[in-house]
Amino acid sequence: MTESQRVPVLEMKGITKRFPGVLANDEVDFTLENGEIHALLGENGAGKSTLMKILYGLYQADSGTICVNGQEAQIREPNDALRLGIGMVHQHFMLVQRFTVAESLVLGAEPRRRGIFLDMDTAVAKVKEVSEQYGLAIDPTARIMDISVGMQQRVEILKALLRGADILVLDEPTAVLTPQEVSELFVIMRNLKARGKSIIFITHKLKEVMAISEHVTVIRRGKVVGALDTVATSVDELATLMVGRDVELVVEKGPADPGDDVLAVEDLQVLDARRLPAVRGVSLSVRSGEIVGIAGVDGNGQSELVEAITGMRRSIAGKVTLAGRDVTNREPRKLFESGVVHIPADRQRHGLVLDFTVAENMVLQTYYRPPFSTKSRLNWEAIRREARRLIEQFDIRTPGEDVSASSLSGGNQQKVIVARELSRHPELVVAAQPTRGLDVGAIEFVHQKLVEARDAGKAVLLVSLELDEILALSDRIAVMYEGEIVGVLDREEATEELLGLMMAGASRGPGPKAQEVVGK
Amino acid sequence: MSGSGKKSVWSELLVPVVAVLVGLVIGAVFMAATGASPLVAYEALLRGCFGSPVNISETIVYTTPLIFTGLSIAIAYRAGLFNIGAEGQMIVGMVAAAVVGAGGAGLPRVIHLPLTVLSGAAAGAIWAAVPGYLKAKLGVHEVVNSIMMNYIALFFSHYLVNGPIKDPGIATPYSAEIADSAKLLRFVGDFHSAFRLNTGILIAVAAAVLVFYILYRTTTGYEIRAVGANPDAARYAGINVPRSMAVSMLLAGAMAGLAGAVQVCAIQYKFLDLFVFEGFGFDGIAVALVAKGNPLGVIGAAALFGALSRGSQMMQGMAHVPKEVAGIVQAAIILLVAAEGLVEGWLRIPGIGARARRAVAARKEDA
Repeated sequence: MTESQRVPVLEMKGITKRFPGVLANDEVDFTLENGEIHALLGENGAGKSTLMKILYGLYQADSGTICVNGQEAQIREPNDALRLGIGMVHQHFMLVQRFTVAESLVLGAEPRRRGIFLDMDTAVAKVKEVSEQYGLAIDPTARIMDISVGMQQRVEILKALLRGADILVLDEPTAVLTPQEVSELFVIMRNLKARGKSIIFITHKLKEVMAISEHVTVIRRGKVVGALDTVATSVDELATLMVGRDVELVVEKGPADPGDDVLAVEDLQVLDARRLPAVRGVSLSVRSGEIVGIAGVDGNGQSELVEAITGMRRSIAGKVTLAGRDVTNREPRKLFESGVVHIPADRQRHGLVLDFTVAENMVLQTYYRPPFSTKSRLNWEAIRREARRLIEQFDIRTPGEDVSASSLSGGNQQKVIVARELSRHPELVVAAQPTRGLDVGAIEFVHQKLVEARDAGKAVLLVSLELDEILALSDRIAVMYEGEIVGVLDREEATEELLGLMMAGASRGPGPKAQEVVGK
Repeated sequence: MSGSGKKSVWSELLVPVVAVLVGLVIGAVFMAATGASPLVAYEALLRGCFGSPVNISETIVYTTPLIFTGLSIAIAYRAGLFNIGAEGQMIVGMVAAAVVGAGGAGLPRVIHLPLTVLSGAAAGAIWAAVPGYLKAKLGVHEVVNSIMMNYIALFFSHYLVNGPIKDPGIATPYSAEIADSAKLLRFVGDFHSAFRLNTGILIAVAAAVLVFYILYRTTTGYEIRAVGANPDAARYAGINVPRSMAVSMLLAGAMAGLAGAVQVCAIQYKFLDLFVFEGFGFDGIAVALVAKGNPLGVIGAAALFGALSRGSQMMQGMAHVPKEVAGIVQAAIILLVAAEGLVEGWLRIPGIGARARRAVAARKEDA
């Protein structure tokens, strides 16, 4: 018995996987102890996902062995992995929107009555039982489309558990969650651990590694560069291991030197896609040479506010002025021409045409102007030259300007957008979640560029769900809650606690009432 | 990372070529099943296409309208639209050319011929403008509307050729023959030469080059391609999405209209009453699909389908294989091109295509 407990639940040895031109995994060793949470840390493209896809049978390793509970295992397809008790929760969920939670969970293994009838009652009861056992608190009768992303993730976790998983692979589970949901997920993960499950937690967020894991394996460029006890390491050490050089986790920036108002929003009202009020009378100003951050939990009207300012969505009342000129409900092109640039929150949906080449993407707003075209004729020489210049200047990792944007990694796709937007001599930079899904090195880069823009006298409006990002970059912070700005703080007076309270709607900024709340 | 974003001409051609070969094999199986010899049949097919100068001429005659309709579908497809209405746009193109070609008698050739051909393009564009406008302004799905426009074109032309534009001199419902000044020249002989090969093919190839130029060298083409590839990003970038959709439908209609005009000016010299759709517009969908929406690829794909439909007649005559078998081959090719993943899967079987296998693996990894 004691003997068997010392055998690791999973041991991957000397895993090598080669793709054309890339050594994705190079002699990777990975050991998972029974009943632990083990973080797998690395930048985008470091080889974490490849390793886990080999474990789950989606890829075959060129060489190396996998042992589960001390037995060598051949994993040729996901079914083999499932039989060995390995379950995976993918970053992008695979759920049918119209199904209920219970229906989603029994899909493929539906309980039957008299051979042909679907026995939903049994399914619902079973789901309830397992959900309660692990403290997941899922309503089996709710429809997937009606529940939050965090809940959908729990459904995926539950699905793996129902299929008998003892080893759970969570692929960047926190990327899609709000800070509150992340803490709830951590509670669930600890619950699972307490019940003997072993968890591989893939991430590139250092704080999370420190908060939840016992061990951490760091991968860089396909190689293991560190296998550490979490208590014996630090955020700085992990960052250095992961990126391969010292990283500035704190954004270096001097005091702001704000000038006149560039953007002024007055009493703006915007409806969302369902025609319900999303922005309810927002007033806000951003001066040249300052970064104003908008903090808030996702879905409190930030996206609609950004869309109204950038011309993507019409406002129904209120006014937007740019350097004194009324630009309310102007078309995106008119706004671009007046000096507004926009780093959109969803880079693949709005920021890029993925089938276009990098060069074509670099002129997405400017293709119709000289030097990129004359008299409606595209000047490819000028377009390629500009693309090469920006690739060089912004250190975009791409084989060239003629490859499609879809072949770039997420971080480099974002760099294409940042390069394109910041190179257009803006007056106002609207950056919506500019570092979502990026790794530490790329985040550092984007942050530097935004601060550079500020120091060059641009007005920067930053919208982010990451409180750390807001606090690191902003000179002033506005908090949005239920479509309103509930307070604007100078950076010095903002604390994580105060912002958290305002984001939750418990406080309306540093008035006497707010002080009272904070005082308690 | 590995540069797979850049695709070579070779890898672009691989799937269509394999699809054609497998399509021929499937056709052979059907022939064998009906007791015919595939070898004899395919020999007849090849001879039907290329066996004599007249056959080559006829293959090109069949190819010409398919280039135009293939371009029509390809342009709309590039803007993210499915122009199933090329059939109707071609019909109104024929009617317009027949009317202008007959009515403009007495005009000098340098004016009359271009006027006749362009009237067909204009009629096709107007016909496509209806679904184009409805899509751009109201978001009504273009497929339903362009199908309806097909039937309106068919029955409206039926009415016209049985009434207002009917040649009163003859009993059959034909329009009056167009003036010689509106006819496209045949390369060999006069307007009644058995070598029907004519300057229409030059117009078709020029149209393909023009469409290629518009799509890849002009701002209008950039907008169309951006709208087709990602309408959300196009809107974000300040491109007028409805306008680009409408422009691409107009161009698509003009191409289909040209198919009709060239058919009248080069082959028929009049509008002949239609009882059913001729199918050039629908075959154009297959042509555009095999060409993967590339305007220059449309020329090759149209030649393939032109050869198949010409050769199949000979196959029927010489090898007594029903020409429907050629239809089976066509259908198999279309299916295999559409199911690109299937063909790529075969290419991954060891020994069949190591090079393609690597390309596919690279693409998967990047995703």
